[in-house]
Amino acid sequence: MRDKTMTADEAVSRLRDGMTVGIGGWGSRRKPMALVRALLRSEVSDLTVVSYGGPDVGMLAAAGRIRRLVAPFATLDSIPLEPHFRTARERGDLDLTEVDEAMFLWGLQAAANRLPFLPVRAGLGSDVMRVNPGLRTVTSPYDDGETFVAMPALRLDAALVHVNRADRRGNGQYLGPDPYFDDLFCEAADTAYVSCERLVDTAELTKAGPPQSLLVGRHTVTGVIEAPGGAHFTSCAPDYGRDEEFQRVYATTPWPRFAARYLGGDERAYRAAADGGRS
Amino acid sequence: MTEAMTEATRAEHCVIACAEEWRGDGEVLASPMGLIPSIGARLARLTFAPELLLTDGEALLVTPDGTVEGWLPYRRHLTLVTGGRRHVMMGASQIDRHGNQNISCVGPWERPVRQLLGVRGAPVNTLNNPVSYWVPRHSRRVFVERVDMVCGVGHDRAAGARYHALRRVVSDLGVLDFGGPGRTMRLVAVHPGVTVEQVREATSFEPAVADEVAVTRSPTAAELRLIREVIDPGNARAREVAG
Repeated sequence: MRDKTMTADEAVSRLRDGMTVGIGGWGSRRKPMALVRALLRSEVSDLTVVSYGGPDVGMLAAAGRIRRLVAPFATLDSIPLEPHFRTARERGDLDLTEVDEAMFLWGLQAAANRLPFLPVRAGLGSDVMRVNPGLRTVTSPYDDGETFVAMPALRLDAALVHVNRADRRGNGQYLGPDPYFDDLFCEAADTAYVSCERLVDTAELTKAGPPQSLLVGRHTVTGVIEAPGGAHFTSCAPDYGRDEEFQRVYATTPWPRFAARYLGGDERAYRAAADGGRS
Repeated sequence: MTEAMTEATRAEHCVIACAEEWRGDGEVLASPMGLIPSIGARLARLTFAPELLLTDGEALLVTPDGTVEGWLPYRRHLTLVTGGRRHVMMGASQIDRHGNQNISCVGPWERPVRQLLGVRGAPVNTLNNPVSYWVPRHSRRVFVERVDMVCGVGHDRAAGARYHALRRVVSDLGVLDFGGPGRTMRLVAVHPGVTVEQVREATSFEPAVADEVAVTRSPTAAELRLIREVIDPGNARAREVAG
């Protein structure tokens, strides 16, 4: 059986400028931050990022790596407005494909199912149609005759997700209350990199949780990265909650200073700085 | 006998006005955005609307005492929306007379003066399940002639939307429905101590005014006790609406 384990830097080394990268989690919840930090250490740029946005979007935007963002929002949850996303938008630094939460989901579903689009009852009447002039509509061929938005597939070159446990083959397990859409991101992507809090033997997986907690299937996974604290400072229930104090540091420190202080070194250096750098 | 309750505050009248939005909804998810709507939803669930479903703010459905009664991750939450089994009370950074709502950005979308949340689920919400709005500070900056980015869809843009159902707008001054000419906003109630003129002053457009503007009912003694002792003993509500 193939061993898919690799380091975060190895995973990121497979990404190329201009790729479309989907990032799992939701807002400031179970974001693959260790992979995002590795991406920030690399030179990869000009990305189209597809995300239910949180600090992943904020950091990549602040570092100038995003050419286009596809998202329904960006938030830190306990801090409603993502500060660097805001700055990037107000400066005109990134192109935005702003779609509704359900349209986004249908786009991933379409990609995972190899459909060009899926009809969705969302978007019509709103300015989502004005700011996305490429969106088309479709009329039901049945008696109801209703018109829907034909949400195009959000096909991804790569997906980055973070889960609680995984085995070396790429089976990923979530142990918190919400799977978010991490399985779908992997299914919608040509390649998928799954980081985990802890790498375990396959037999250990169903000891930690029921079979339905096995969210990500190895047939959708390219690489597995063991990254304890890999969602920090976002939440990763039940392993840890959001680090609210550090999130405040992130939200209130000017980006160049934050990057220099916390992101200059590897993951170990980040954890040491984050643990020691509290006011 | 406990000591007599003092008179209800403005914030507590707002709680009542929000709670009333879910009256008669039956077995649907009450989805409050904002603190006072959250207190209102729990109050409704504890009193006159016991069938309502409530979440813990994450992925679980819970009874008022916190007992887990169901699983509601985002993927299933969205199905409640599209299936119509939910009544949401959203916020609004801007809202116009037709009920078009904006939470995305202020200024031109291409390069906003102030980037806000993004459209979030406002487009899908307004086309699929009943929607009310909560505005904690009724002002001309919120009640505008035209919103900068239509997120929640108003009546003038909802032709053919078979499940479009805007209910009412609750603010810290009063309650507006869409019974005005051409289904525009109409003032139907003010909170105690608020005048119709005050609402007009704080609204950029000229809202229709009901023939008889009601006064928001006060909480009963039992409701007041629930609000003050059970649901919000820390009085967080006073930080959202003063007075």
